[in-house]
Amino acid sequence: MKILLVDDSNTMRRIQRNTLSGLGFTEVDEAEDGADAVAKVQAGNYELVLMDWNMPNMTGLEALKAIRANPKTVAVPVIMVTSESEKSRILEAVQAGATNYIVKPFTPDVLREKLAALGK
Amino acid sequence: MRAELINPFLKATVSTFSTMVNTSPTPGKPYVKVEPGLTHDVSGIIGLSGGAKGAVIISFPSGTALTTVSAFIGAPVTKVDADVTDAVGELANIIAGAAKADLSGLNVNISLPSVVVGTNHKVNTPKDIPSVVIPFACTHGDFVVEVCIALTESK
Repeated sequence: MKILLVDDSNTMRRIQRNTLSGLGFTEVDEAEDGADAVAKVQAGNYELVLMDWNMPNMTGLEALKAIRANPKTVAVPVIMVTSESEKSRILEAVQAGATNYIVKPFTPDVLREKLAALGK
Repeated sequence: MRAELINPFLKATVSTFSTMVNTSPTPGKPYVKVEPGLTHDVSGIIGLSGGAKGAVIISFPSGTALTTVSAFIGAPVTKVDADVTDAVGELANIIAGAAKADLSGLNVNISLPSVVVGTNHKVNTPKDIPSVVIPFACTHGDFVVEVCIALTESK
């Protein structure tokens, strides 16, 4: 499965990449902000996007909306992975088309469960 | 200062370290910061705005920063470099984000993280906003979380 990790923190990309590798997912690309993510999703055939929320240039929520607005990428599963844990924010992301939601801090088990929920 | 403004940051620090840094930090007794404050080597800073203003700052001695970040990223680090500053900024971000959820009635906004590196530096906070220092001890060493927070006038 081809996965795009989106986070402005190199640390979080590294942690998630290691977690995914431990789960057997090794085809992983990275994007550093929302604009980078939108461009890569449009250009590549990603089966899953793990998207941070608070990033410079373009936020994860804005990127999610852009991905959902494009017929080519509208169906790409996007899991928000963020420290934004208020219910109102989660609802905002779901209404914008988020497939699922992971709140930081999280354990590898949480990521495993979210992937399993997608049938991955 | 109201404890309900400080406790979310204490809880969020324990939760973040327990979940992502493989250690359960023990908080000491919080105290109101009196100048001159403590000195540090690496500090991650998140600004607060919206319903409350101020900042939350997590500060480490360099040795504790290295062992903490090594556990956080799952690989040893031996010097305070860009990886360490990024990781400390992300820790500050996760703690502030988790605390924000407990302060949800206040509609607090958090900034992107900034990180200060420098032996024995101090982080000055606005004099008109009280600061509470929460000391922590964990298997990686001692560190502090400083919470400088006040409700905005509309609250």
